[in-house]
Amino acid sequence: MTRATLTGWGRTAPSVAEVLTPTSEDQVSELLATRPALVARGLGRSYGDAAQLGGGVVVDNRGFVEIGPISAAGVVTAGAGVSIDELLAVSLPRGWFVAVTPGTRQVSLGGAVASDVHGKNHHRDGSFAAHVLSMRLVTPRGTRTVSRREDPDLFWATMGGMGLTGIVTTLTLQLLAVGSDQVRVDTDRFNDLDAVMAAMTEGDDAYRYSVAWVDCMTRGTHMGRAILTRAEHADATDRDPSDTALAAPRPARLAVPLTAPRGLLNPLSIRIFNEAWFRSAPRQRRGELQSLSSFFHPLDGVRDWNRLYGPRGFVQYQFCVPTSEGQCVVDAISRLSSSRLPSFLAVLKRFGPADPGPLSFPIPGWTLALDLPVGPPTLGRVLDELDELVVAAGGRVYLAKDARLAPERVRAMYPRLNDFAAVRARVDPEGRLTSDLDRRLNLGGR
Amino acid sequence: MDNAFGQPQNVIVLGATSDIARAITRRLCTARGRRIVLAGRDRTRLDEAAAEARDYGATTVATVVFDALAPDHAGDTVRACLDALGEPVDLVVIAVGELGNQSHDQTDPDRAAEVITVNLTWPAAALSALRAPLIAQGRGRVVVLSSVAALRVRPSAYLYGAAKAGLDQMCLALADTLDGTGVTLQIVRPGFVRSKMTTGLAEPPFTTGVSEVAEVVVRGLESGDRVLYSPPVLRYVFTVMRVLPRRLWRLVADR
Repeated sequence: MTRATLTGWGRTAPSVAEVLTPTSEDQVSELLATRPALVARGLGRSYGDAAQLGGGVVVDNRGFVEIGPISAAGVVTAGAGVSIDELLAVSLPRGWFVAVTPGTRQVSLGGAVASDVHGKNHHRDGSFAAHVLSMRLVTPRGTRTVSRREDPDLFWATMGGMGLTGIVTTLTLQLLAVGSDQVRVDTDRFNDLDAVMAAMTEGDDAYRYSVAWVDCMTRGTHMGRAILTRAEHADATDRDPSDTALAAPRPARLAVPLTAPRGLLNPLSIRIFNEAWFRSAPRQRRGELQSLSSFFHPLDGVRDWNRLYGPRGFVQYQFCVPTSEGQCVVDAISRLSSSRLPSFLAVLKRFGPADPGPLSFPIPGWTLALDLPVGPPTLGRVLDELDELVVAAGGRVYLAKDARLAPERVRAMYPRLNDFAAVRARVDPEGRLTSDLDRRLNLGGR
Repeated sequence: MDNAFGQPQNVIVLGATSDIARAITRRLCTARGRRIVLAGRDRTRLDEAAAEARDYGATTVATVVFDALAPDHAGDTVRACLDALGEPVDLVVIAVGELGNQSHDQTDPDRAAEVITVNLTWPAAALSALRAPLIAQGRGRVVVLSSVAALRVRPSAYLYGAAKAGLDQMCLALADTLDGTGVTLQIVRPGFVRSKMTTGLAEPPFTTGVSEVAEVVVRGLESGDRVLYSPPVLRYVFTVMRVLPRRLWRLVADR
């Protein structure tokens, strides 16, 4: 029996579970038939308690790591435990990129489905679900293939369903053809939040990729100063003709070897970091060529960077609000900067249309993500206040990032929770699929 | 479920009617405390505490009556609390205790034994009953109310102090045995606290109200520090007190 202490990427609220790594659908089925409480886990990159289950069985999806051939149309079938990193290592040299990638390559495809991850191109290309053609899903009521045509309710409930509708074993994806392993990046620096939001509203549609980094620690007239980066894939003509194949991303060369001491990331050190980051960006630059990994996955250059936050860990707070509620983003940043809570790498982005997943996070509008070290006594209360702002604006908090939401808020944020609960009741009437997140937030609507 | 800030949703409070326990319960319910089980000796006071927990945000409150003089029933009490909760427990607070009346108790063998039973034997039995179910759920936290009286036992309350010293030392070692189980145990060492238990006693320096103790507990649940002091400055005061020469100690302690 392999008991392990598990946390999310934020390294808060650990629990101990039995970790098993089945390698066939039959083995997964058998576990679902015989164990009272289970949840799947990939690479542990969700920030909170989504992929852990105290006292239960955590099914490591790394037993499913095969990558099939890539068709001429860019369709590939791969195991749920395959990481985006591993997929790119195979696909990129052949000219195929993933259609949607989050800020790290170190997520499993199963995890990407469970969180319905989004990337810098959501305003154009939607979230991960939009590029999944079908999946094999093992549920306590049988193993099946689900797609937009075969049991669409289950297919969509699984997208962003936090692993609570079944265990994905393999999925079939549509990849994106690229002619280069680089992107052409336009960078602009803005002195306040209004200016960057106006520029994004006006110009985002001209770019496939767009994201802004916002400084949430500066008060006064420069509140919310920001660096906006927007990009398109470079094409073959940009490449050095002596290269024969596109280069797959390289593994991280740096690592954080130990948990940092408590308080390393404090208001002062983060302010200095933010200042340096802001000043290092050009006021305006056009057409800079960057590698795919430095543009999409800058933090993957340092392994275990979450250890920098010290023994108490950190939370990521990410919310989205409808386009008409941009003021909520301003209010949230203003609330944070006035509370003097340390936060860095706040990421601002516009979302395009939502997908039909009842628990899928993105809705058309704005999303803001903040990394906040645990420790300041007011943090819990300030985030509760932000929840109120977000609910009042008709928005929601991203469950894949959450480690502290109050259960009574979930229903207001995800009005289709009942549809989700109905699918769960159908495929898992005994409620075997659960997680610490599910127990905390009652996502079964019990 | 416990969250990133150590804010529990499902809570059991053993010895729930004491002023300190009620202050802790209020603070927990204000944050995320939703399903609460309160266990105490007195039905009427339990009902009062239950109503208060609801006022402060609890959605489901159950009560369990028990007698801390009957450690042979501590296991039943713990099981009744876990059953009443009906979900995995995030936090168990053990606030059972009585100060006693030293000048009387020291010549009354039954009372002397009772003070030890309430402050040490019953909590020890309850902790033993909690161990297996908490480890089985792979997570869960326990906060035990100790006292700075455990650090150097005062002649004027030696029964209480000795019982708390036993509890305190037992819990420190017990906490070590829980490594790797997902279960954690923390102890709180308050100084003199203004409450029903201390009514009529002279207030020494560093006296606080019950809400300060509750604040220390809430902050401690977030930090995870194993030993908590209320007020926090007592950590340093008692570092000195423990090593004072006896004559000096008597001057301070007998005041």
